[in-house]
Amino acid sequence: MSIYGDIILDHYHNPRNYKTISQKTHAVEVKNPLCGDELTMEAIIKGGKLIDIGFSGQGCAISLASASLLTEFVKDTPVEELKGITPEDVVGLLHVELSPNRLKCALLSLEALKKILSQ
Amino acid sequence: MHRSIHRKHMTSIQDIKKQFPIFQNNPSLTYLDSSATSLKPQTVIDAVNQYYIEYSANIHRGIYTIAEKATQEYERARKSIATFINASSPEEVIFTRGTTESLNLVASSLGSEIIGKDDEIVTTIMEHHSNFVPWQEIATKAQGSLVIIPIRDDFTLAVESTGKSQISDFISSKTKLLAITYVSNTLGTINSVKDIITAAKKINPDIITIVDAAQAAPHMPIDVQDVGCDFLAFSGHKMCGPTGIGVLWGKRALLERMRPYQFGGEMIDHVTVEKTTYASPPHKFEAGTPAIAQAIGLGAAVDFLNAVGVEKIHQHEVTLAAHTITSLKKTFGDRITIYSPPAPYRSGIVTFTFGKYHAHDVAHILDEEGVAVRAGHHCTMPLHTHLGIPASVRASFYLYNIEEDVKKLVAGLKKVEAVLK
Ligand SMILES: Cc1ncc(COP(=O)(O)O)c(C=O)c1O
Repeated sequence: MSIYGDIILDHYHNPRNYKTISQKTHAVEVKNPLCGDELTMEAIIKGGKLIDIGFSGQGCAISLASASLLTEFVKDTPVEELKGITPEDVVGLLHVELSPNRLKCALLSLEALKKILSQ
Repeated sequence: MHRSIHRKHMTSIQDIKKQFPIFQNNPSLTYLDSSATSLKPQTVIDAVNQYYIEYSANIHRGIYTIAEKATQEYERARKSIATFINASSPEEVIFTRGTTESLNLVASSLGSEIIGKDDEIVTTIMEHHSNFVPWQEIATKAQGSLVIIPIRDDFTLAVESTGKSQISDFISSKTKLLAITYVSNTLGTINSVKDIITAAKKINPDIITIVDAAQAAPHMPIDVQDVGCDFLAFSGHKMCGPTGIGVLWGKRALLERMRPYQFGGEMIDHVTVEKTTYASPPHKFEAGTPAIAQAIGLGAAVDFLNAVGVEKIHQHEVTLAAHTITSLKKTFGDRITIYSPPAPYRSGIVTFTFGKYHAHDVAHILDEEGVAVRAGHHCTMPLHTHLGIPASVRASFYLYNIEEDVKKLVAGLKKVEAVLK
């Protein structure tokens, strides 16, 4: 079965939160050494809560869709709750099974989020 | 009469495919990643097996029958390889783990000894990291510099005969080493290594020349004496042989002069508490128990390639690559960008980017259609930076590929457009 199902294609063609944030309080850059893809993630965190989040950069369908789904999922959530997000949660959002190499694409956005939360 | 000749040709390709058991286990596999590693014929698998089940003894020490048989087979493989590349003697053939180790051996045993401050190492922008990073490392350490020959818009080296640049723009009295690939693993460009080396040595006869033949040895006849280089490196696993075995060929006089690469058993002449003297080449560079089964397997791979005919393999791949390029251009027009040089520089490698689609997505959907290609930078990051792309898709052909594989590639790419829109 193809991993390019409706959810992934929808978020690939219309990524949510694909933007930069001028009033950002946090900004990070991450890189997938396998393919050289770079992802920038910016966020506003105020009063222990993630108020807004956006991402930009180049990537494959899996990494773009996962960034889109993840940013949608975490917006308006207390930082303490977000610290517990696991790779399994991200894969759950994508609704597909991924090989180890594609998993790296899918988890790039989580790496960025974790970096933001640890700043 | 005509009919039977035609049939004979048809069966010969099918016969070749039949000799690769992976196709019995994966009947619908279209394997277009032979530049990464090739598939293995039954004769090679059998040769490796035979060593393990009939005479799996260590070499060069045993006085008993199977140890002598193992030594004989290991050294016979060395002889076959020497003949395969027209080395002047088997002693010039050193077994290594592969191209990477072969190049590191030269870099460490010779390169780091001769490169000093302000000296220059010349290489090209199209090198695989394994023929780039070791030189960069030595140059940096010695406070020398790395000089890089660029490519032209047609993906051939700037110093090829019709170009504006000349080898004299890069080689000078400061040059100590020239490290160059025979065939680019990304562009598929066949470089005129003989002409380039001849021209370089005319300017500075003292330079040491190293040829990375990882993508040449499996695909075209090689004659080290004709090329005129000092060292040539290649990997067994890309030429129908096992993994974990490769070759460094070097001119005897240089091998004699070089320091050993690793120290220990098998590489010594005489050891006392005070001092050790080393064995002669090639043993000086083969410390420890080598990859015996793999060396014997590589010998069998060379026999196999000789039986098919390396020139014939080359022609077969070049034809498939040419058809692929024509077919891709015809089907996708401007939506596909192909990074291939014109004939006669072209080999059996076709690398491309496809519209706005990421190389990983292209490779993934092709895989879902049963077509195995490579996506990424193919260990040529400086080249990709030069081309201004993060990644590309590479289809590479070998003797077991057929026209049907080209059709499946094109159909698979149509599917990519259908899925990703
Ligand atoms: C041109 C070239 N050089 C060097 C290498 C490295 O070979 P290996 O990984 O077998 O050491 C490769 C293979 O990837 C190659 O294509």
